[in-house]
Amino acid sequence: MCNNCAENSKYWDAFEEITADWTGDQSALIPTLQKLQDAYGYLPKDIIARLSERTGIFVSQIMGVVTFYSQFRLAPTGKHIIKICFGTACHVIGAENIADAICHELGIQLGGTTEDGLFTVESVACIGCCSLAPVIMIGTEAHGRLTPETARAVIRAFRAREVETACVN
Amino acid sequence: MRELIIGLGSCGIAAGGLTVKETLQTLGKEASLDLSIGETGCMGMCYAEPMVEVRADDGSRTIYGWVDAAQAKAIFERHILGSKETDAQCAPLLTSTGAGSEQGFLDRQVRLVLARCGAIDPESIDAAIGMAAYEGLKRALGAMSPPEVIAEVIASGVKGRGGAGFSTGLKWKFAAGYEADQKYIICNADEGDPGAFMDRSILEGDPHSVIEGLIIGGYAIGATKGYIYARAEYPIAIRRLKIAIRQAEVRGFLGKDILGSGFDFTLTVKEGAGAFVCGEETALIESIEGKRGMPRIRPPFPAERGLFDKPSNINNVETLANIGWILRNGASAFAAYGTDESHGTKVFALAGKVKKGGLVEIPIGMTIRDVVYEIGGGTVSGKPLKAVQMGGPSGGCIPAELMDTVIDYKSLAETGAIMGSGGMVVMDADNCMVDIARYFLQFTQSESCGKCTFCKIGTMRMLELLERITEGKGIEGDVEQLEYLSHQIKTNALCGLGQTAPNPVLTTIRYFRDEYDAHIREKKCLTGQCKALIRFAIVPDKCVGCTVCAKKCPVNAILGGSKAPHMIDQNVCTKCGICKSVCKFDAVVVE
Repeated sequence: MCNNCAENSKYWDAFEEITADWTGDQSALIPTLQKLQDAYGYLPKDIIARLSERTGIFVSQIMGVVTFYSQFRLAPTGKHIIKICFGTACHVIGAENIADAICHELGIQLGGTTEDGLFTVESVACIGCCSLAPVIMIGTEAHGRLTPETARAVIRAFRAREVETACVN
Repeated sequence: MRELIIGLGSCGIAAGGLTVKETLQTLGKEASLDLSIGETGCMGMCYAEPMVEVRADDGSRTIYGWVDAAQAKAIFERHILGSKETDAQCAPLLTSTGAGSEQGFLDRQVRLVLARCGAIDPESIDAAIGMAAYEGLKRALGAMSPPEVIAEVIASGVKGRGGAGFSTGLKWKFAAGYEADQKYIICNADEGDPGAFMDRSILEGDPHSVIEGLIIGGYAIGATKGYIYARAEYPIAIRRLKIAIRQAEVRGFLGKDILGSGFDFTLTVKEGAGAFVCGEETALIESIEGKRGMPRIRPPFPAERGLFDKPSNINNVETLANIGWILRNGASAFAAYGTDESHGTKVFALAGKVKKGGLVEIPIGMTIRDVVYEIGGGTVSGKPLKAVQMGGPSGGCIPAELMDTVIDYKSLAETGAIMGSGGMVVMDADNCMVDIARYFLQFTQSESCGKCTFCKIGTMRMLELLERITEGKGIEGDVEQLEYLSHQIKTNALCGLGQTAPNPVLTTIRYFRDEYDAHIREKKCLTGQCKALIRFAIVPDKCVGCTVCAKKCPVNAILGGSKAPHMIDQNVCTKCGICKSVCKFDAVVVE
């Protein structure tokens, strides 16, 4: 079943719920966009267009905000987002080698999504777990003290677990 | 009943703290015991995570580190089941009697701001109150007028811990001086410096300290509404802040007529959306207003016209976490710590190539050497220390020969670095300083908001120069060009991001000019970090043909049969360095 397209009658439910209490105060724009992204996984064009209608804020202004902040996405992502930390501590201990290993393991570039739609790989400025550098996060799960080899192992183990759960279901 | 407490800050969780908790719970169930397992925030010893503390009935504490499943079992057997068998694997880091192996990490520290971090359950207001939370607020609201509170904070000498180092009390005085129907006080928790995690740890470990500081500040300047602008990347901090705010409301520390003083104050958490420049206070204000976070031209300063064009005051997390202590213990008690010029303590996030990385709080005036060696235990590799980076993208690299520099605002500024928000990243002989400069410039360039030309274009030109130097394409005069651009940007950029962006470049040129020259003139990276300038090779005489490197090479770039010397196909090699790290015969070298 498609949860994420306009043909689905429930598609707009989340939008309606999130924007129901819009009071016309622009300071609520960023929290509203955050909630919409949580619900839809990214910010689809039709959602932004309708948000503009609902709030009276021009699409260009909304897009200005969306593209300013790194948190917002305009395209869907894989099921799990792998964030590779490029903070100073991670950098001096070899974040680049970790990124190379993970991208090579998954066969994609930084910012890309695997063909099976399981992973999107992103770089982040700093996760704030500097004493465990180098660090990555898969979803909300952080993995620290990595080497290129253990980083590959973490990804393989995560994928294996994912495949296993998929089979059980 | 003995209580077990697990450190579950972000570091603790990342190191496997939740698994340790599950293991202990399972052991408790198997033994049919109703085990009390508590949580706490960052204990500061991130290098030893996951950590478990055992608190006995008499209040004595025993803390274990690097706890895995086997150690969790040993701790359980020793302390809960009372087994007399001592397991050598299970030696405590710290004990109440000062007998632990890691006592040295704490001996030189003074914990005012972090007093409750790692000692209390951050989700329990009773635990915080049990350790004096909100007592400063009671004194301020009960016995002092707003001008008296401001005078006390001025007298304490506390300065902004976010990096700028401006007197907090004076800042409050300015905001108090403007009349308006509404004023705001804002906590800047948009800790964006890569390599810094002080604010995250304070918010995760002791959110009430920040809330108390905000209420006192609101009372002092006449603001009835407060905001905490927190990084969205810190979900645990945000969750715990929201819990703490609800608890403070229930207890009457927030809301109407706080503690019967007639003062009303409400607090809202705003989540950032990922933009480094929002750490700049006027950009932060724009962001709360729902706009692109671009800095405003000053004046008017926020104290006159800030959030929603009303007088506003913005303080950093650590600054606010000091306020309760100051009001509780008095300005002179606070001034007893630190130097004549800078009072109190500073929290640092010690990381990088240091043996014992973590969160440390020291009295201002200690030397960098003491922090890195006496607290941090020196470099993890045992190789010579090369530099310490302080102040993140706004700061600079302080070389080994200046390790005796005293940590205060003035002395650090003289080195070309800054006190900054508290990032302290240790680098050893393997780190290339030109690469570090390129790294920071890449960061500030991508985070430049684009409003002013000097920052937008200037940092781009600097980055291009640094990239070509690290790629071995630098030409004579590039360093001078970098210096010229740096001075232009420093004097002409609109906000702090641009004005400080050249600091990492200027300090590395000042102290490590020889490395720049080697990259430009000899096309060599002395440390082997700049990938365009190095190649991995196998020394045939040393290679025994064990095939380990060939098997581990992710791109199959290593050729050669068993028991015969191998060689690396340079066209395929990605220079990941795995071969070098797995070779037991030191046969792989960087050329």
